[in-house]
Amino acid sequence: MSGARICRVMPENTSHCPVIIDPGLCAGCCRCVDICPADLFLPNQAAGKPPHVVFGSECWYEGSCVAACPSEAIRLVPPLVNRVHWKPRNWK
Amino acid sequence: MRPAAQSIKWPYPLAGDRCQKASCDVLVIGGGMAGCFAAIAAARRGVSVLLAEKAATEASGAAGSGCDHWESAATNPCSKVSPEELTDAMVRGHAGYNNAISHYIECREGYDRLLDLEKMGGRIRDTEDRFQGAPFRDEKTKLLFAYDYENRFTLRVFGTTFKAALYRECKRLGVRILDRNMATALLTSGGMPARRVTGAVLLDARTSQATAVSAKAVILCTSRPARLWLFSTEFPGISEFRPPQTTGDGHALGWRIGAKFVMMEKSVKGEWSGIRSYPPYSTGNNHNTWYACTLVDATGREIPWADRDGRILNDVASRYKPAPGQKFFIKGGGEPDFPFYEFQGPEVLGVEELLQRGYKLPFYADLGAMPEMERRVIWGMMVGEEGKTRVPVLQAYQREGFNPDRDLLQSYGDGWKSGSFLPQERQLFGVPGGVLNDWRLMTSVEGLFAAGDILFAGNCVGHAAATGGYAARHAAIYAAGIKESKTDANHVEQELDRIRSFRPASRGPASSGPDWKEFNAAICRIMQNYCGALKSEELLSTGMEQLAEFRRRELPHLKANNPHELVRCLEVENILTNAEMVIQACRARRASSRELQFQRLDFPEIDPPEWNKFVVLENRDGRTESTLQSLEYAGNIAENYERYNPAREGRRE
Repeated sequence: MSGARICRVMPENTSHCPVIIDPGLCAGCCRCVDICPADLFLPNQAAGKPPHVVFGSECWYEGSCVAACPSEAIRLVPPLVNRVHWKPRNWK
Repeated sequence: MRPAAQSIKWPYPLAGDRCQKASCDVLVIGGGMAGCFAAIAAARRGVSVLLAEKAATEASGAAGSGCDHWESAATNPCSKVSPEELTDAMVRGHAGYNNAISHYIECREGYDRLLDLEKMGGRIRDTEDRFQGAPFRDEKTKLLFAYDYENRFTLRVFGTTFKAALYRECKRLGVRILDRNMATALLTSGGMPARRVTGAVLLDARTSQATAVSAKAVILCTSRPARLWLFSTEFPGISEFRPPQTTGDGHALGWRIGAKFVMMEKSVKGEWSGIRSYPPYSTGNNHNTWYACTLVDATGREIPWADRDGRILNDVASRYKPAPGQKFFIKGGGEPDFPFYEFQGPEVLGVEELLQRGYKLPFYADLGAMPEMERRVIWGMMVGEEGKTRVPVLQAYQREGFNPDRDLLQSYGDGWKSGSFLPQERQLFGVPGGVLNDWRLMTSVEGLFAAGDILFAGNCVGHAAATGGYAARHAAIYAAGIKESKTDANHVEQELDRIRSFRPASRGPASSGPDWKEFNAAICRIMQNYCGALKSEELLSTGMEQLAEFRRRELPHLKANNPHELVRCLEVENILTNAEMVIQACRARRASSRELQFQRLDFPEIDPPEWNKFVVLENRDGRTESTLQSLEYAGNIAENYERYNPAREGRRE
């Protein structure tokens, strides 16, 4: 960010990562980077490699990245506290 | 174990020292539903349009990942309620504290905007015949309806197809779209309050490049403020119901140039926030997306539904019908705040009564107990088309084995709520305050228009679309009357100085101040402490002093280490401005109000007649002035609509 011509950023150091990208499936097209409302990704400088998840805490968990990925390489991981319980109807 | 993270070189070109110029006839700020419809309507009138969106227009805004219902489409061919009746209901249902102008536009033109969407490629009817023969489907038009199946004024829609269609149409019409650009300041012809708007300063969130835009008219489509009382430092992205880009920037921008705001003292007890509740519609419930799902208790005992008179309903079909003697009902499950008897719809019995009757927690949504068409329309259409449901709920749950025919999804709260909040943890939910508008949807500043949830008492997608199109028509007419619009170079420089002041080099040493998350959390603490459920002049003025201290002592140390953080810092300064505005509005209303959920310890009388008015707030060069305005300032809605829209769209079928 100018004044500085070089800017480096550390991915957030949190226990939870909202998005897992399978490097075996990812083609590095950056559709997820383009579409993410929170702009939480940064494109990888290495061609064909998955983007970096840098601002993961800002994820809205709407899944635009998952829907946009042509390779189905992205899995959205909600916070564990938001896991919802269900059970089969099993009335005796 | 995850490998240690490495720092990453910022991949975008840094251009924080640069400011480019742009000009257009109409500048639209915000590319959500309202902004896209505004940009399209203006472009169709042949004016040059620039659309500035903080995220990516293709998927931005509250409806970015979908929407499932289109409310109050009173002119659809199956509707049995007129726009006048429905607007009257919405206004009376909120004791007059509603935006008659914008909601009449919604009722009158919302369906036309839906037809526009269809022409753009959005799906608005059951063209695949998935619901043939369903009680909520009209066989001739294939339109699907929600809530009141007899009066049919709210449609079920396939909203995951909408944003992409709107984005394509914007591009096709030659709208210049600047994605990842935040509007940081409005530019004016001078004075405070400003007489006329002349453009805006935009900031690129990836490169920090600024753009000074001169525009003949500006339309604010920035939705409503958020994170004033509730914020999660751990999961800031899900602090509120709306997307994290929705920080009420337009409110702050308008306030700073002296635009008038109304009803900003209204807030409600929190309903949604991050990890304090569950994501909307991800849990078992019986409202909106999930209306009118059967609920059962832990033993499988079905929870009764009742009409507004307390009569227990014997079948599912009755949940979608007005009560005896009732013409129509609004939404489903009642208004969250105070159900208005005349338009109150069916609802399940309250939790307290159920527990007294021996029902056992937890409760569950029992989709399997619903008739097949109702089950399939809730799970697979509404859950699926509604924002934030297709990927994280429909697909994710099914991948984990959820079967709607067999499984019960747990409910975590009353109605559609899924968490409990303290009275001081508040939100601007439902129909809160916003910018004051006239019949052109112009604000008190010449050339500055507004659409969507920035409008006071604005709400929901159909309203956003209808007001977006309407505001743009009038903005285009206004712009045609302006010869040229020049931006003031000094104003631009002042704004660039403000933006650049967040750079590390301009701030103190590395450890001297909070980051933007800590700052936001601290604002919320102030608002909870001093602008909570119970208010008084002493509390509010103390809160104001503390916010002023934040501005004086802490804000100068807030620094941005990269362009992304810079936008976060600017947003948080807007949140601070919005907090100040809310407190000032609370001080100005010296009476309590039931409808506004506003309780003053020092003015405990509820709704005295002399205060049955809008409190209008204006920033006059740092001094807040308030006036009272009639709740009926819109006048006769049908007559005024004709007067202001002589060659109008919105014809009835």
